[in-house]
Parts: sequence; structure tokens; C-alpha cells
Amino acid sequence: MTSSPVRASVSMSLGVAAAVSLYGISFGALAVASGLDFWQTQVLSLFMFSGGSQFAVIGLAATGAPGLSIVTAAGLLGVRNGLYAVRMSSVVGPGFWKRLLAGHWTIDESTAVAIAQTEPRAQRIGFWLTGGAIFVGWNAMTAAGAILGDALGDPRTWGLDAAAAAAFLGLLWPRIQSRHPAAVAAVAAVITVLTVPTAPAGLPVLIAAAAGIVMALLAERRHP
Amino acid sequence: MTLWTTILIASAVVLGTKLLGYLVPASVAAHPRIQRISDVLTVALLASLVVTQTVATGSAIVVDARIAALVVGAVLLRIRAPFIIVVLTAAAVAAVLRVLGWAA
Repeated sequence: MTSSPVRASVSMSLGVAAAVSLYGISFGALAVASGLDFWQTQVLSLFMFSGGSQFAVIGLAATGAPGLSIVTAAGLLGVRNGLYAVRMSSVVGPGFWKRLLAGHWTIDESTAVAIAQTEPRAQRIGFWLTGGAIFVGWNAMTAAGAILGDALGDPRTWGLDAAAAAAFLGLLWPRIQSRHPAAVAAVAAVITVLTVPTAPAGLPVLIAAAAGIVMALLAERRHP
Repeated sequence: MTLWTTILIASAVVLGTKLLGYLVPASVAAHPRIQRISDVLTVALLASLVVTQTVATGSAIVVDARIAALVVGAVLLRIRAPFIIVVLTAAAVAAVLRVLGWAA
């Protein structure tokens, strides 16, 4: 019954969802290690539901950054989801409730799997199946990680602080495979090292973000 | 702002951004400049978070087991290891270095 583009879309969706969900365990464990309780951790996975922003919240909360810079950093990291939503709008189609749920499930992976398909039906299936499977898996694994993390004690003993660093690097890696983004990453990294000792907690990340925007505008001027 | 307030507001902002995308006319957000700024912004933020998470302890720069773990993580990413393997190996490297007393 099912055509092969649809079958390819289903298998890609489930593969991506399994991999991403698994790493929800590390998010849950790191969140409680950063000082969040079980429900605070779970609310992030249920409602924010965007890995980069969620990691930013717990990473900055652990450094004692003020609420405003946590909200700003998480919000800025979430900007790309808004752009994904625009691209997914025609894939999702009309209907208020359908679009509301689609909005919640619009993340890196659901968008990437949908875009990778060529047939409209395969695109739709890719978007919904990836988004839905990750929502269920990510939340279940976050809960498991949060419970496990509470039992672990000092997170440093288990290298969980290093795991968080590696998680951010893993999110960054696919985005710095060409020269301009790699240069932006390097500048942002240097600015952060220089500002961490002097600026209040939470501010270095925002200064780096501002520098990123300036670099984007400068590149724009050179190559309009 | 309490941690709970921060979490709820940040969640509302991130979720709201996604929903907003379904209201914006495609012509506005598909503009190449908007796309590029968003890409660069994401890269700058993530790079800064990598650094904060690797060498910052409060407002001090501290070199410890996390650096070694990050280097191993980068090598694994280079050879296209799956994300979960990268994260777990980085944790293991830091944990082992600390148990052996080779790094703080």
C-alpha cells in the first residue's frame, strides 16, 4: 500500500527520533544537576520543547545568570524555529488546531526530515512523525534523566559538566562546516573568554550574540 | 525573577516564536537577510555556550577536565560519531580524569 518515498520518510523520522530522544536522558540529568527540580525540567521539555534553548536555560541557570539574560538567550536561540515554521506552513496546511500543534512541534529535526523528502505526502508524514515521536521520546527520556540525575549526587564526578559542553558543541558542529560561520563561532568564543571574568553572569553569551549580528550585517554589506 | 518565573517566561517566548512563524507571510521570513542573520545568531550563541560550559566556573576562567573532554568530543564529531556517543564519551573522559586525579 505505502509508496517507497513514504516508507523512506517514516524510517528517517523514527531513526532521527530515536537518536534525539536518547539524548533527552542527558538533558534531564544535566538539568537537575544545574539546580532545577523534576517539574521545572519537565516543563521545559513539555512546553519550550527546543533542545538548544533548553540547554541554554540550564547552562545559564547553573552559572547564576539573572532571569532576563536566560530568557533572552533562550529566546534568541529559538528564533530559527520561527523561520522553520514559515517554511513548514505550506506543508502543514490550513486548520487552527492543526497549525497550533504543528507550531509546538516545529524544531530542527522535524523541519530537516520534512525538507529532505520530495513528495508532499512524504513531507507531511516526515514532519508530523518526527515531531510527534521526538515529543514523546524526548519527554520520556527527560523524565528518566531527571530521576536518574537526582540519584547521582555531584554531577562533576560523572563528568556531566563536560557532557553539557559536548552537547553544545554537537549542536554547533553541523552549523560551522563552512568558513564564515566558523569565523563567527571563533569570534564569539574569544569574546566569551574575554568577557566571562569581567561581565556579570549571563551577559557574555548576549554580547557574543550581538557580535554575531554585527558580523552578519558586515558580511551583508560586502556581499549584498 | 525566580527560577520558576524564568522557566515559564522563557518557555512562552520560545513557543510563541514558533507559533508566530505560522502567522508571518512567507515573503517576509524567507528573506535571505533574515535567514542569514538567524543562522549567524544561532552559531554565535552556541559557540559562546560551548566556551561558557567548558572553561567558566562562575565568573572565573578555569582549565580542568572539561577541556580534554571537549577535545575528545570534537574528534568524535569530526569522524561523524552519533550525538549521544559524543556526549557520553565526553562525560566519561572527564569522569575518568577526575578519578585518576589527572585533572580537576
